[in-house]
Amino acid sequence: MLEVRDLSIEVGGKDLLHDININIPEGETHVLFGPNGSGKTSIIMAILGFKEYKITKGSIIFKGKDITQLPTHERAKMGIGISFQRPPSIPGLKTRKVVEICAKNSNGDVNVSELAKMLNLEKFLDRDLNIGFSGGEIKRSEILQLLAQDPDLVLLDEPESGVDLDNISLLGNMINHLLLKDKPCYERKKLEFKKSGLIITHTGHILDYVRSDKGYVLCEGTIQCQGNPRELLENIRKVGYEKCFECPI
Amino acid sequence: MFRMSNLDDFNLKAKKAKSKEGLSVDSISIKAYKAKTEERAYIDDLDSLPYDEKQTMLEAGIDTTQKQRSGTFVQMDHSVIHASTLEKGLEVMSIKDALAKYDWLKDYWWKTIAVDNDKYTSQAELELHNGYFLRALPGTKEIFPVQACLYLSIEDLKQNVHNIVMVEEDAELHVITGCSVGSHVKSGLHIGVSEFYVKKNAKLSFTMIHNWAENVKVRPRSYGIVEENGMFLSNYISLKPVSDLQMYPTVKLVGKNAIARLNSILVAQKGSNLDVGSRIILDAENSKGEVISRTISKGGNIWARGHLIGKAKGITAHLECNGLILDEEGSIRAIPELEAHLPDLRMSHEAAVGKIAQDQIEYLMARGLSEDEATATIVRGFLDVDIKGLPPQLNKQIKKIIDIEGEKFL
Repeated sequence: MLEVRDLSIEVGGKDLLHDININIPEGETHVLFGPNGSGKTSIIMAILGFKEYKITKGSIIFKGKDITQLPTHERAKMGIGISFQRPPSIPGLKTRKVVEICAKNSNGDVNVSELAKMLNLEKFLDRDLNIGFSGGEIKRSEILQLLAQDPDLVLLDEPESGVDLDNISLLGNMINHLLLKDKPCYERKKLEFKKSGLIITHTGHILDYVRSDKGYVLCEGTIQCQGNPRELLENIRKVGYEKCFECPI
Repeated sequence: MFRMSNLDDFNLKAKKAKSKEGLSVDSISIKAYKAKTEERAYIDDLDSLPYDEKQTMLEAGIDTTQKQRSGTFVQMDHSVIHASTLEKGLEVMSIKDALAKYDWLKDYWWKTIAVDNDKYTSQAELELHNGYFLRALPGTKEIFPVQACLYLSIEDLKQNVHNIVMVEEDAELHVITGCSVGSHVKSGLHIGVSEFYVKKNAKLSFTMIHNWAENVKVRPRSYGIVEENGMFLSNYISLKPVSDLQMYPTVKLVGKNAIARLNSILVAQKGSNLDVGSRIILDAENSKGEVISRTISKGGNIWARGHLIGKAKGITAHLECNGLILDEEGSIRAIPELEAHLPDLRMSHEAAVGKIAQDQIEYLMARGLSEDEATATIVRGFLDVDIKGLPPQLNKQIKKIIDIEGEKFL
């Protein structure tokens, strides 16, 4: 589904990340760990093609096509969707309108009100995007937009930060729904096309709800380690990222 | 307050102020404009107007079919070509007819603004080409708006009008007024004096849509008075090019719990200079005022002024000036001013000017919009001020005009 090959990224004229390799096959969900400021979000922004994140080396392949030079909206139309960590607020732009914009990319019919109901966001549809929303409401609005877009690759940047415990399980369920993980494996295997995900998490809480297949640790500008996400998380929780810096790989 | 009832005295004062400059971005030579033009005949059926005239009126919110309207006034150049009302409690006529009909009206003539305010008020007195008189009688509540149109159909003409809008006690009136020019007209001068009287427990919403042309110069001079529990909502919308426009409408709240909300939505195209302010004088206990302006420069210059004056206890007032610059050449100056004369009141302002934030554009691009589509979507949202207190149908129409016209000029 997604292949990031030897990617190096520059921001504001400074080298930020180098030689990043991530390969997410169809149907798999991968997790990106890393301390604050290690550049996790930058990888996602580069996958989306945001201007500030200049790719100096390497390429991004999505569904077999090199998208490294493609504008952001074309990538969204091809099936990349994102839940932002800190989305902007846009005065005067109703949340409903944004959800409708997302729905234009979907293959199926989208009932915006029905989706909003699933996320307890009906009242927010007629409010300006993210204005006066709490942290949890912002995250739910992001997931609502993803549900409307129904992308094939779901990028989730800290989907649980600022969300209370009750809502984390709701978000988890919705993310599983997005990734078709709410279907039992014997049904999922029959599907012609499977969804993939890339989750950035700092706390790891979301992994209590969403199954993942592989984890990466981002340290000192590159991917330092990869392996079983639960095991990586356990180690990080026990000893922090310090050992990752020292890791001899 | 300036008050006088001898009409000759107005003339005398006006003569003395013939060359008194206004607060203007560019001084206008009034003499350069044609003072006379042919009279146009009165018509009963506005739908008989030529198609392109009807269309330009429609763009300014004036519907010549008069559907969902409770009255209509149309002045073309110097002639009132139509004035009618469909409701009993509503008076719609030319100001000259009204002055002839009602002797008491002279007590409201130049009551809120001084005739010698500047050379433009002077001009409106010395060479009056008419204007409208709209009045809702006590207790009248019309949900359908009255529409008034001031139209310039001849090149280089000056049009001087003096309007009075009066909402009597317990009445409610909605007015949509469109100013426009013929499609071939590029240049002209419009001077418009307007006096608003909102009496006790009355409500007036006044929506003004200006669709001028590249070389038209405009000098509105508006002033309103709101009595106890009265409410005055004003929406001013100017999205098309105009050479230069200067106005500073002022509303004075003189009765307890009176409310004024003044919104302006302005787009300055290349070559346009818009100097637009809104002032509310809160002179009565617990009165409330709100001034909101949303301005966009597409290469033109904007002065977005706002002035709140708090003079009574318990008042609350807020001022908001937000501007977007979409072109390297344009400029926006946001000039908010708060003036408090006692401690027991609350006044605030916020002002922000800048370009569209890149993170907003990229956010929408990540949702599948191209850069241009994302920009247009953000701009439409920016111009979409939530206007409280308008009948839904009128609100919808205003949103539609902003949407369509906004799209055209962005």
